[in-house]
Amino acid sequence: MTGGGEGGRGGRGESLAAALGEIVGARHVRTALPERITYARDGLPTHRRVPGVVVLPGSRDEVVAVVRLLAALGVPFVPRGAGTGLSGGALANDDAVLMVLTRLNRILAIDPRNRIAVVEPGVVNVRLSAAAAPHGLYYSPDPSSQTACTIGGNVAENAGGPHCLKYGVTATHVLGLEVVLADGQVVELGSPGGEPWGPDLVGLFVGSEGNFGIATRIRVRLLPVPRAIRTLLADFSALRTAGEAVSAVIASGIVPAALEMMDQSCINAVEDSVYAAGYPRDAAAVLLVELDGCREEAVAADADTIAGILRAHGARDVLSAADAKQRERLWQGRKKAFGAMGRLSRDLVVQDAVVPRSSLPDVLEAIGRIAAAYGLTVSNVFHAGDGNLHPNISFDGRVPGLKARVDQASGEIMAVCIAAGGTITGEHGIGLDKLRYMPLIFDGDALAAMRAVRLVFDPLERVNPGKVVPVHACREWSGVRSAQWGVRSAADRDRSSNSALRIPHSAFES
Amino acid sequence: MSLVDRVRALLGDDAVDVATTPDGVPRVAPGSPDAVALLLGTAREEGWRVRVEGAGTWLPADAPADLALTTRRLDKVPAIEPQDLSATAEAGIGCDLLRQQLADGGTWLALDPPGLAGRTLGSVVATATAGPLRQGFGAVRDHLLGVTFVTGDGRLVQSGGRVMKNVAGYDLTKLAAGGFGAFGVIVLVHLRLRALPRADQTLVLEGSREDLAQVAEDIAAAAVQPAAHELMSPALARRERWMLAVRFAGSAALVSAEEAALRAASGGRFTALRADEAHALWMRAAESFATRPVTFRVGGLPDSSDELMDLLQHQVGDEWISASPGIGAIRWGGETTVDRLRRLRRTLAGLEVPLTLERAPWPVRAAVGHFGAYREGVGPLVAGLRRTFDPGDALVVAVEGTE
Ligand SMILES: Cc1cc2nc3c(=O)[nH]c(=O)nc-3n(C[C@H](O)[C@H](O)[C@H](O)COP(=O)(O)OP(=O)(O)OC[C@H]3O[C@@H](n4cnc5c(N)ncnc54)[C@H](O)[C@@H]3O)c2cc1C
Ligand SMILES: Cc1cc2nc3c(=O)[nH]c(=O)nc-3n(C[C@H](O)[C@H](O)[C@H](O)COP(=O)(O)OP(=O)(O)OC[C@H]3O[C@@H](n4cnc5c(N)ncnc54)[C@H](O)[C@@H]3O)c2cc1C
Repeated sequence: MTGGGEGGRGGRGESLAAALGEIVGARHVRTALPERITYARDGLPTHRRVPGVVVLPGSRDEVVAVVRLLAALGVPFVPRGAGTGLSGGALANDDAVLMVLTRLNRILAIDPRNRIAVVEPGVVNVRLSAAAAPHGLYYSPDPSSQTACTIGGNVAENAGGPHCLKYGVTATHVLGLEVVLADGQVVELGSPGGEPWGPDLVGLFVGSEGNFGIATRIRVRLLPVPRAIRTLLADFSALRTAGEAVSAVIASGIVPAALEMMDQSCINAVEDSVYAAGYPRDAAAVLLVELDGCREEAVAADADTIAGILRAHGARDVLSAADAKQRERLWQGRKKAFGAMGRLSRDLVVQDAVVPRSSLPDVLEAIGRIAAAYGLTVSNVFHAGDGNLHPNISFDGRVPGLKARVDQASGEIMAVCIAAGGTITGEHGIGLDKLRYMPLIFDGDALAAMRAVRLVFDPLERVNPGKVVPVHACREWSGVRSAQWGVRSAADRDRSSNSALRIPHSAFES
Repeated sequence: MSLVDRVRALLGDDAVDVATTPDGVPRVAPGSPDAVALLLGTAREEGWRVRVEGAGTWLPADAPADLALTTRRLDKVPAIEPQDLSATAEAGIGCDLLRQQLADGGTWLALDPPGLAGRTLGSVVATATAGPLRQGFGAVRDHLLGVTFVTGDGRLVQSGGRVMKNVAGYDLTKLAAGGFGAFGVIVLVHLRLRALPRADQTLVLEGSREDLAQVAEDIAAAAVQPAAHELMSPALARRERWMLAVRFAGSAALVSAEEAALRAASGGRFTALRADEAHALWMRAAESFATRPVTFRVGGLPDSSDELMDLLQHQVGDEWISASPGIGAIRWGGETTVDRLRRLRRTLAGLEVPLTLERAPWPVRAAVGHFGAYREGVGPLVAGLRRTFDPGDALVVAVEGTE
């Protein structure tokens, strides 16, 4: 679209940019290569794509107008939030438009009586909780990236976070969505109270990684801020014991708000950084366990029970945060662990997989063996209570051959997790990065079913193309060709293109 | 070859039972997920219309079809993992049997769906019928880690997995939960379990509906966090007056602290039930709905519960009602007509409140549909999904109705 890719720009790309500029204002369209390059990656360093054009609409109506224009022109596009994703999901190719949604950042309503908020997709996660705080409410899903990532991105990835153990991941908290489909049609999914209106299309959309359209309004549930909190730090002299303690806590029937694990390599990275939290450096692993609720005495009693279980299962020491300040410090270390690990080397691959909780001890040991075999530094910091692992590989991408080794090690780690009965991603999504693993957990029929569903929402596969489902691995589906699966007939599409801005087709072909 | 002979040849003699359905439709009971796939694949080729039955009685088994597929032989429980708090069960297992097996391992599925205790797991998932415990533990979908289903043209599709978190691929499990079987026959379900609560206490209060609604609001304002918080009509509670039943489940410390908070918020007016009394209350309430010819659920905002109950009372009566005011969900049971249901659904749609028809005789289902009309632009999406998963229109499900 931009003529010579990163090298130069053809005149035709310019006429598309001009048309986009008429909708959103010229200063919200980025065409210069250095500007486009700033959008070439997300939070994962291993994938890079320079988008053809970057557009930043400022309102839902502008999103609709842009999508209609692109539909009329047949140009693919990729929604993007803050770009903190860790699977290469928000990257667009040279022939596609990257639609950055960070200007749609208004909190439209907070309804304290019904504990509901309505937000635009570009609202940064942590901002919603801040806005709800005066009502004694907060938005529970808390990805570690919450000071940067957007709620739109959270919805698209079905993001999790430490406190999702007790309160559930993003899908649990999304009640309704306004979605702009690939052809510019706006649909409302769900209902104000959260009861599905027909089949659960809200649930289906959450986690669809931008393949089903653009979420332009998001209705979420808020929760009362817990009045009582206990934060425990338990340290272990063996990774295996820590893993076993996790199972024991889960089996107790008390559901902690959070149950996180960090291994020694992660502990040291944190302690070496400005986020030093006072974690014991000689521990093979620490567990950060938080209990919360509305009743002080119950939370205190449950915390005592859990501390007892941790000790009985090999904790050398169990520290209980004395006050809010100490609690924050303990959490700061966990939440900034990725940043701290980033200092270990030039590049960091944050991996993501899930295993049954009872297999954590074995899987952690296997990961250690893989790291040793490939001569790589792997640090683990993860949502242990859910069995959601994040083995992180530190490396220097400039060293010849090292990237390939990281890739191979990642593949072996995935294989270990799958063999344990797990899955290849618990919260970061498939994006580009994990396409190759999809056939390891889904057969051709399951993949074909996913693709067929996507075609219902986006018959021409123009929204975030090439992500999530490896098309080559799909079995043929009912012998129906893709155009027939689509919900809207060719006539419908013609109608939508007629109503869109009239741009001659040649204007966008490079 | 007749249909019955054809099916016998495919699945074996014992898979077909010709005599038992009231309307003479041959009933086929495949013994494995693969057999379900084989049967539906053949149905697609032959153009047979198939209705799906679990135990066969939550919805009357009266949909016009060439054969009835019952999941009752899909009753195995391949895995219960107490350490991981997860289980895998076939769709035809009765909820009561599953419950027993789970309890043996110290685990619990925190769902209390309406209907008899023996209704199948698959039917609970297909109809997404949660009960009062939805207040504390979430909707049916929140208990699912994954499902395997067979499409209308006989493909086995797995979605999700059996671990606690999973974002690999699109979440087709959400379509199966509450799809009323329109997207396929659920054969296998991976469940998220909880440890059996160490303490489980139910407290009740009787009074006028208005009075109890106020108490319910006070409880919510005091941030009491019950597992269930249900306002039941007199017929349902089998009492003279309306009843507000509050249930706490969890650690002993939690339950006693919450109970104290409830007493404080309500001026000590609640009466604690003994365990057997509580069990009987919740069981009866669930079963009562199976004795009404029609049940539906509506989902509004918590602060509209009262208004919605007035509306129901006015348009269809309020003899059999169970409401969770904390989450704005109301279930209604009783006798009513197609016209009334349509009118009610239209009124509710004006308030942006969906009405989902859960069970009714076929003529009512066919006319009104489980879902009725969708919001603008959603109909074509649902139609596209149905075409995707049931291209030959083999599965007989009244999704939209005829209005
Ligand atoms: C340090 C660090 C820590 C992290 N910790 C966690 C964690 O604890 N838990 C977790 O789950 N994730 C975590 N992440 C990953 C990431 O933050 C989440 O995936 C987040 O949800 C992405 O939000 P974003 O706004 O950055 O989206 P982007 O990265 O911009 O986009 C992600 C995907 O969403 C799509 N998308 C964005 N907006 C929309 C929209 N409005 N409509 C439709 N599709 C849209 C994009 O196309 C893309 O596919 C972490 C990342 C980093 C860098
Ligand atoms: C008057 C009366 C008396 C009753 N007496 C008894 C009794 O004596 N014993 C008894 O056990 N029950 C009895 N019941 C029924 C009982 O109340 C339960 O409701 C019943 O067991 C419901 O479960 P089911 O499995 O039969 O659901 P079904 O009615 O078979 O199914 C409900 C819905 O889910 C769909 N569905 C079911 N399974 C699947 C699946 N796997 N995949 C996709 N879709 C599916 C069906 O197509 C249907 O739409 C009685 C009911 C009434 C009204």
